[in-house]
Amino acid sequence: MTATSVTQVAVQRSLRTRRTDWTGIVFQALLLLSLLFSLLVLTTLLADVISRGWVVFVERGTDFLTSGLSSRAEQAGVAPGIFGSLVIAIIVALFAFPIGIATAVYLEEYAPDNFLTRAITINIRNLAGVPSIVYGLLGLTIFVQALGSITGGRSVISGGLTLAVLVLPIVIITSSEALRAVPNALREAGYGVGASRWEVTRHLVLPAAAPGILTGTVLSLSRALGETAPLILVGAILGFFATGSEATLLDQLRSNFTTLPTIVFDWARDFERDFRPLTAAAIVVLLAVTLLANAIAIFLRSRFERTI
Amino acid sequence: MTEAAVDRRGDLSSPLSGSPTRRRKEGVIRTVLTAAAMTSVLISAFIVLTVAGQAIAFLGQIELPQLQAVGWFPRRHLFDIATLVVGSLVVTLVAMAIATPIGLASGIYLSEYAKPRVRQVVKPVLEILAGIPSVVLGFFALTVINPEFVHRVFVGAEAYNLMAAGIAVGILIIPLVASISEDAMRAVPQNLREAAYGLGARRVATSLRVVLPAAVSGIVAALIVGISRAIGETMIVAIAAGGSGGALFTVDPRDQGQTITAAMAALATGSDQVKGGSAAFLSLYFLGLVLFLITFLLNLVADAFVRRTRQRY
Repeated sequence: MTATSVTQVAVQRSLRTRRTDWTGIVFQALLLLSLLFSLLVLTTLLADVISRGWVVFVERGTDFLTSGLSSRAEQAGVAPGIFGSLVIAIIVALFAFPIGIATAVYLEEYAPDNFLTRAITINIRNLAGVPSIVYGLLGLTIFVQALGSITGGRSVISGGLTLAVLVLPIVIITSSEALRAVPNALREAGYGVGASRWEVTRHLVLPAAAPGILTGTVLSLSRALGETAPLILVGAILGFFATGSEATLLDQLRSNFTTLPTIVFDWARDFERDFRPLTAAAIVVLLAVTLLANAIAIFLRSRFERTI
Repeated sequence: MTEAAVDRRGDLSSPLSGSPTRRRKEGVIRTVLTAAAMTSVLISAFIVLTVAGQAIAFLGQIELPQLQAVGWFPRRHLFDIATLVVGSLVVTLVAMAIATPIGLASGIYLSEYAKPRVRQVVKPVLEILAGIPSVVLGFFALTVINPEFVHRVFVGAEAYNLMAAGIAVGILIIPLVASISEDAMRAVPQNLREAAYGLGARRVATSLRVVLPAAVSGIVAALIVGISRAIGETMIVAIAAGGSGGALFTVDPRDQGQTITAAMAALATGSDQVKGGSAAFLSLYFLGLVLFLITFLLNLVADAFVRRTRQRY
């Protein structure tokens, strides 16, 4: 046998036999397992709270959603929490959305590229990283104490404004990204037919960026609905709205309040476990609200990605 | 025909800058938008001023030796800050031990392995997990992680412990680590992968020895942002770690304990309401300042890492 034929045989054999790539298979399996871990946690969590809370919905029905807070587990409900969370969502939408979108429009469409603009951008990114409980300190000092005569102190207005400040950076960052994704050709076409900067922004850029901006606002709303820590500092835990026939809406807005997640927190700390099923039921309500908001955002974004 | 020509000449003779009302409107809108942008600067200034101001007031009220004690018991005027910082570190360490491998592996899978159709299913799962309010994960730590895992695996764990809280915080930041590291790896140019494949490298080698090192800045940034989020997480620790009345110094995750954030929540909700002006109340701001400085520093470092990746490609 000559040397060439030995090589020939070796090459032929290695070309014919396919070695199984065990490392590759094991590696890919590990990656998949780590993804499955998240899925497992998510399903366990959902199954756990639903199975614990189910009994409340079966025994009490909608009564649980319409009753007020009570120290007796069989009477307690989440109605004040639903009302509080709803008001907070409205306040966040009223304050954070216009200011946030206006800031994004300024930064992307108007601002010159100078030191000030860059400082504002860095500042916003840093604000997005500030822990939520620090915003609670801000709310406590500014909205509860300094502006107490307007907001009514530890009130749902203070809580809503605090959360509006908290989600503002998120609204700005997501809106900025949406504006940046609008192709420049659109702007140039607008200027080409003689439109002013605001006309281009209002009639061309904003409509094109609307789905992206909407996604960001819905996400920030879902964040605000699930946030608890800053509200504890602002005083949500005190937890009762002004009631009685003479209490006007304004009285309610300026009195003590509670929200869905703060109710969950309050009940979860109950050491006697009477409230465990109630806590789980309240979580089911809370998750239904926040996950719905998230699902809407994910749906909007997937549509948005397809159109651009 | 002649009329039109005259009109056009008339148009040209008017100034090119357009009508004054239109320009005034532009000016007003620009001012409004600038004012909106300044709000965020105002907010930062308020945060720093209020928190720092009251924190200094706190340091003025107490004597410095009070910052070193057997533990953190604000109502007994024992303000051992080390207890809380170490508590935060323990929770963060446990959280990152969970979130680093799982988050990174998820990121690698999403960036290097997942087909578009798989991605469409997997990504929303992570996003839903990211959207779960932290109070809910706190309850999960209390009712599932603690009895079903911690108490079975770790002998001698206290009824409430830092371990259960840390694991839940880890679960909370998995999606964060996964999505930032995925972005970093997706930003690695395709020709690097092609070059590796051209040399006969398999997918494992390409992912681990080519893509991962190229994306290392972004991955480090992902981990730092994760750490920063873990330190700032409040509700999980407040619910699951036990020490609502204060805590002794401990480095053992099986013990109950308190973090900077949980101590703040406890101060705000304690059974005997902490009143304004007292040292215990002002310590709230001192803790806020410590927390703010730690996370601010971490975010700056993470930002620098992100910018480094962007510059390279």
